[in-house]
Amino acid sequence: MRDFGLTWLDASGEFADIVLSTRVRLARNLQGHAFGPRARFNDRTAVLDQVRGVKSRVDFLEDAEIQELRELDLRPRRILLERRLASKDLMGESGSPPAPGTAVVLAPDRLISVMVNEEDHLRLQTLLSGLRLREAWNLLDSLDDELGRELPYAYHHEFGFLTSCPTNVGTGLRASVLMHLPALVLTKEIGKVLQGLSQVGLTFRGLYGEGSEVVGNFFQLSNQTTLGKSEEDLVDHLDRIVRQVIQYETHARQVLLRDAASVTEDKIWRAYGLLSHARTLTFEELMNLLSGVRLGASLKLLPGLRVYSLNKIMIFSQPAHLEEAAGRDLSPAESDAHRAALVRRILSSEGVVTPDEDTSDENGAREAPR
Amino acid sequence: MNCQKCESEDAVIHLTQIVDAEMKTLHLCERCAAEKGLETSTVPESFPLTDFLAKMGPEDRVPAEHVPKPSCSFCGLEFSEFKELGRLGCPHCWSAFEGQLRGLLRRIHGGSQHLGKVYLSPDPSASEMEKRLETLRRKLHRAVELEEFERAAELRDEIRAAEPVG
Repeated sequence: MRDFGLTWLDASGEFADIVLSTRVRLARNLQGHAFGPRARFNDRTAVLDQVRGVKSRVDFLEDAEIQELRELDLRPRRILLERRLASKDLMGESGSPPAPGTAVVLAPDRLISVMVNEEDHLRLQTLLSGLRLREAWNLLDSLDDELGRELPYAYHHEFGFLTSCPTNVGTGLRASVLMHLPALVLTKEIGKVLQGLSQVGLTFRGLYGEGSEVVGNFFQLSNQTTLGKSEEDLVDHLDRIVRQVIQYETHARQVLLRDAASVTEDKIWRAYGLLSHARTLTFEELMNLLSGVRLGASLKLLPGLRVYSLNKIMIFSQPAHLEEAAGRDLSPAESDAHRAALVRRILSSEGVVTPDEDTSDENGAREAPR
Repeated sequence: MNCQKCESEDAVIHLTQIVDAEMKTLHLCERCAAEKGLETSTVPESFPLTDFLAKMGPEDRVPAEHVPKPSCSFCGLEFSEFKELGRLGCPHCWSAFEGQLRGLLRRIHGGSQHLGKVYLSPDPSASEMEKRLETLRRKLHRAVELEEFERAAELRDEIRAAEPVG
């Protein structure tokens, strides 16, 4: 499972410096079985068996791997979580094994995955680089057509696709876009932007979805309602608003560079300095510094630094990924040291980063570590 | 620092704005800020499901022993349990509590009518080709609705090619 769920890192999508990734998921349930929270052993295993049974008849799942979570050790399960291929919900209560029948269907070549026996029987999802909402929806739409032809979905003529929670019913569609908005935060414009979102039917969350804190100026914007609009309308609406937010952010960056150039540059270089020399880094500290460096890369103030490498740092510096690389469990202190070492290694592999002559007043520009 | 507007109270709200591409900071006391209609928190408006649920259902005021408890005949979930958990028990619950849920959906989503994909259950007796045709017809229907005529024409041709002769 080494490479699953990492294609979005390549920063190939539109606006990839500001929009890290686009995610769309569809909630689907099968007729005749209780929903996740009330599903019994028989319901759960029957749902998973049905998915197994149709795999060979669904083009999208031709090369897919069905991974039951119970069969995985704790670390690979946490890696799935850190790659956003599985949810906290799917992991079950901490300290006890995952519930029977919980599984992920991974089809990395087709860029899709399915969570089985989460809150809903099926959660189809895709994760793409940059801003690619229509593409993500079309991908899932096709998978959904194929699956729905084989599996009897629970559907109501008025309410649409039925879900465990009424906030997901109808289309079952949640589209979300992970954005990096440091300039709006620095210019203190972010509050207004976020408040505006709720007025246009959107909501925001932190990096890890529901209930998570906003760290490193990363915000996940998504649709609030799922019923009463077509999937295309929901996706296009989010797309329009995200493009607006990108404009605000770009504008705020220009203002920063014009009115507070030296402070901004200093912030960026300090962040880079700390990241390239620190011997220990907590994940939160890393994310905050990474925000500065990402801004620098995007503004071409740190030439030679690729967004791809920064994305890579974000994923591989998470606790379970560090343990996987080390081949053993790590204490929190060890984890911070391994994290700092990983960051130094990735940054130095980017080659010499030197300040742009035009943006630096000082002569004799300093050396970046090799 | 005193408020820039009334100049008497302490300024506790510092508003940085970008106006005509100029960064400006305004220092205001709480009252003047409120007069200007400024919200001071960035907490998103949330609509916890339980709030909606708490507001609904005058049936709570009727003594419970006089009315049969509404429950789902398939999974046995009682409506009161749903109000507590915010999660339904099974697909059949949606029919069992249809009336109450319709009101709830209007409050959450602003309506209760699904306008997205139309779904037809797979018919076990239908052949592979019939299933494929049905999917294509549904796609055609949607393409026409969305006025994607180029796509519709492609789908029409695909259907013609797939349809049995005669």
